[in-house]
Amino acid sequence: MFGKLTLSAIPYDVPILVGTFIGAAIAGLAVVGLITYYGKWGYLWREWLTSVDHKRIGVMYIVVALVALFRGFADAIMMRSQLALAYAGNPGYLPPHHYDQIFSAHGTIMIFFMAMAFMQGLMNIVVPLQIGARDVAFPFVNTLSFWMTTISFLLVNVSLFIGEFSQCGWLAYPPLSEQQFSPGVGVDYYIWAVQLSGVGTLLTGVNFFATIVKMRAPGMTYMRMPVFTWTIFCTTVLIMVAFPILTVAMGLLGLDRYLGMHFFTNDGGGNQMLYLSVIWGWGHPEVYILVLPAFGAFSEITQTFSRKPLFGYKTMVYATASIMVLSLVVWVHHFFTMGAGPNVNAFFGIMTMIIAVPTGVKIFNWLFTMYKGRIEFHATMYWVIGFMITFSIGGMTGVMLAIPASDFVLHNSLFVIAHFHNVIIGGVYFGYVAAMNFWFPKSFGFKLNEAWGKRAFWCWFIGFYVAFMPLYVVGFEGMTRRMNHYDNPEWHPWLLIAEVGAVLIACGIVCQLTQLYVSIRDRNLAENRDLTGDPWNARTLEWSTSSPPPFYNFAILPEVHELDAFAHDKEAGIDTRRAGGDYQPIHMPKNTACGFLIGAFSFVLGFGAVWYIWWLAAVGLIGVIATVIARSADNDVDYYVPVSEVARIEQEHTHNLMAAQAAE
Amino acid sequence: MADHISSSGEGHGSVGSYVTGFVLAVILTVAAFGLVMSHAMSPSATGGAIALLAVVQIVVHLIYFLHMNGSSEQRWNVMAFTFTVLSVLVLVAGTMFIMHDTSINMMSR
Repeated sequence: MFGKLTLSAIPYDVPILVGTFIGAAIAGLAVVGLITYYGKWGYLWREWLTSVDHKRIGVMYIVVALVALFRGFADAIMMRSQLALAYAGNPGYLPPHHYDQIFSAHGTIMIFFMAMAFMQGLMNIVVPLQIGARDVAFPFVNTLSFWMTTISFLLVNVSLFIGEFSQCGWLAYPPLSEQQFSPGVGVDYYIWAVQLSGVGTLLTGVNFFATIVKMRAPGMTYMRMPVFTWTIFCTTVLIMVAFPILTVAMGLLGLDRYLGMHFFTNDGGGNQMLYLSVIWGWGHPEVYILVLPAFGAFSEITQTFSRKPLFGYKTMVYATASIMVLSLVVWVHHFFTMGAGPNVNAFFGIMTMIIAVPTGVKIFNWLFTMYKGRIEFHATMYWVIGFMITFSIGGMTGVMLAIPASDFVLHNSLFVIAHFHNVIIGGVYFGYVAAMNFWFPKSFGFKLNEAWGKRAFWCWFIGFYVAFMPLYVVGFEGMTRRMNHYDNPEWHPWLLIAEVGAVLIACGIVCQLTQLYVSIRDRNLAENRDLTGDPWNARTLEWSTSSPPPFYNFAILPEVHELDAFAHDKEAGIDTRRAGGDYQPIHMPKNTACGFLIGAFSFVLGFGAVWYIWWLAAVGLIGVIATVIARSADNDVDYYVPVSEVARIEQEHTHNLMAAQAAE
Repeated sequence: MADHISSSGEGHGSVGSYVTGFVLAVILTVAAFGLVMSHAMSPSATGGAIALLAVVQIVVHLIYFLHMNGSSEQRWNVMAFTFTVLSVLVLVAGTMFIMHDTSINMMSR
C-alpha cells in the first residue's frame, strides 16, 4: 500500500533534523497563521498563485530562490563547520551518511533552485518590459514552469524529513548512484526533483525564445535589443539545447534504477563513463545559462550608473553569441582525468581556453564603459565592481584548470571547489543580487535601502575571499573535495579561516534580509518611493512604464528608433508612453489554476514514484493528463481590458509623474 | 467571450496528413521492434538499422506533426532546425570521439 514508505523512514532519531523540522514547522505555521489572520488567502490565490502576469511570476521565482539560498547556505555552513571540527581523530558532528547528503543537497539546491529560479525570475520581470511587450508568448506555460520548479524544490525539502536525500554529489555519478550502491530513496528524490524542474526550465526556455523572436516592439530590430535581452536570448537557446540532454541522462539513470537496465552499470554491458560525457554535455552549457544573464545585468547597470551608453554594444552581442556556441564544445574539461587520450583532452582544453576570450572582451567593455563615465557609486555598482575583480580571478584559475596536465594534479581537489565558487558567487550570485537591487523599484515602486545593500556587499565580498581563498591553498596541498574528516595538520588552520569566511557570508545574508525589512518598512518615505518609474535615469524601455507597471505593461506599444530606446526618447523629448493617446482595448490572458494543479499533481507523481507507491504515482500522472486536457478544451482563457480602464490607469500615472516633477 | 484571437500562424495540417504521419510512425516503430525481436540481423547491424529508423522517424514527425517545410515563412524554423542539427551533431560526434578514445586508453574494448 505504501511502497517502501514505513515509519522508520522518518529520521526522528537525528537531533539536527528534528530541530530543523521544528524550526521549519514553526516558521511555516507562523506564515500560514499570519496569512489567515490578515485574511489574505483569497488575495494570495487570485492575485499571485494563479497569476499569469510575468511580473508576478518573476517575483514568486525570486522568493523561491531566496528560500533556496537560505536552505543551500545552511548546508554550506554546516559543511564548513564539520571540516573546521573534524580533525585529528575528532569525527565532527556530522556522520558521513548525513554529511554526504548535505553536500549533495547543497549543490543541487544552489544550482537548480537558487540560481535557476533567480535567473528565471529576473528574465520574467525584465524581458517583456524591456522589449516593449505586454506579456510573454505563452502566459499559461509561464505559470506552469514556475510551479514545476517550485514543487521540485518542495520535493527536495520533503526528503529532509521523509527518507533521505542522495549521497552521490550534485550530479549523482554512477555506479555509486545505481541501485546496487545506493539502494535507498535518496537518488530517486534527486532524479525526480531534477527531472520535474527540468520540464519547467525547458518550457521557460521555449517561452522566452518565442517571446523575444515574436513580440519585440515595432522598430526593435535584433541590433536594437538591450544587452540583457540579448543574453537572455542566448540563454534560452542554450536551455533548449542543453536541458533535453539532462532529461535523457536522468531518464537513463532512472531506467537503470527502476527497471534494472544497464546503461551505466558495470555489468550487463553498461558504461558509467558515458554518463559523465552526457551529463556534462548539459552541465557545461548550464554554467553559461546561469552566467550570461548576470553578464546582461552587469551591462545594464554599468551603463546606467556610468551615465554613458555601453562601450562596444556590438562586440558585447557577438561575445555573448560566441560564448553560446563555444559553451557546447568544452564539456570534457570536467573529466580530463577519466582516461581519454591527449587528442580529446587537447581539443577540449584549447576550446576551454578560447572561451575565456569573449568573456575577457566583456570585462574590457565594462571597464571602458566606466572609463571617463560619471560613475555613481550606488550599491548596485559595488556588486558590479566586486564582480569584475572576483570573476577575473576565477576566470584565471579556470584557465589553469583548462590545461589538462595541471588538471591531473588539481582534479577533484578543493582547488576546483574554490574555482567554481569563485565564478558562481563572484559572477552569477553578485550579478543576480545587483540585478535585484537594480530592478526592485520597477517591481514594487520603492527602492531598496542602500546602506544595508552596501553592508551586505562588503560582508559577501570579504566573506567570499576569506572563505574560498584558503580552499585554493588546501587544494594545492592535496585536500580532496567531499571529505568528511582528515588528519593533516597543515590543512586545519586554513579550514578554520574558511569557517570564518562562511560566518561573514552569513552576516551578508542577514544584511540582505535586513535590507529587505528596512526597505519595506520605509517604503512610503518620499526619498524611497519611485513615482516616475525611472529612478536611475536608465536607458531601456522597462523604465518608461510606471513602477510597478500596469498589468498590461504598455497602454500603447512603444516605437523603437534606436538602441536604448528610452534614453533616445528622453533626449529627443518624445513621450514614450504617448500619454492620452488613442487607447485601444487590450487583449490579456485570464488567470488560471491549471499551472498550480499540474504542479501539485506532478509532486504527487514524483513522491509516489520515489517511494514505489504506484497507485499514488498513477493518481498524479492521471491528474496531470486530465488537467492538461481540461485546459486545452477551455476556450475562456482571455479577455479585453476596456479603454476606460486603460485611460484611468494611465491618467493616474501621468498625475503621479507631474506631482513628482513638481516636487523636484 | 466571443472575441477570441485564434491562434493563427503556420498551417495546422489536415486529417489526411496527420493520418499519413501516424501510419508512417507506427510502421517505423513496429519495424524497429520487429528487427530487435526477430534477431534477423547481427547485433551491430541491428543497432545501425534501428538508429536509421529513428532518424527517419524524426523526419516524419517534423514534416507531418510539426509542419516543417522549406517555405519562406518558415525561415526561423529552418534556422532553428539547422542549429539543432548542428548541436546534436556536435554532441553525438563529440561523445563518440571521447568514448572511442577512452575505450582505447582504458582497454575496455
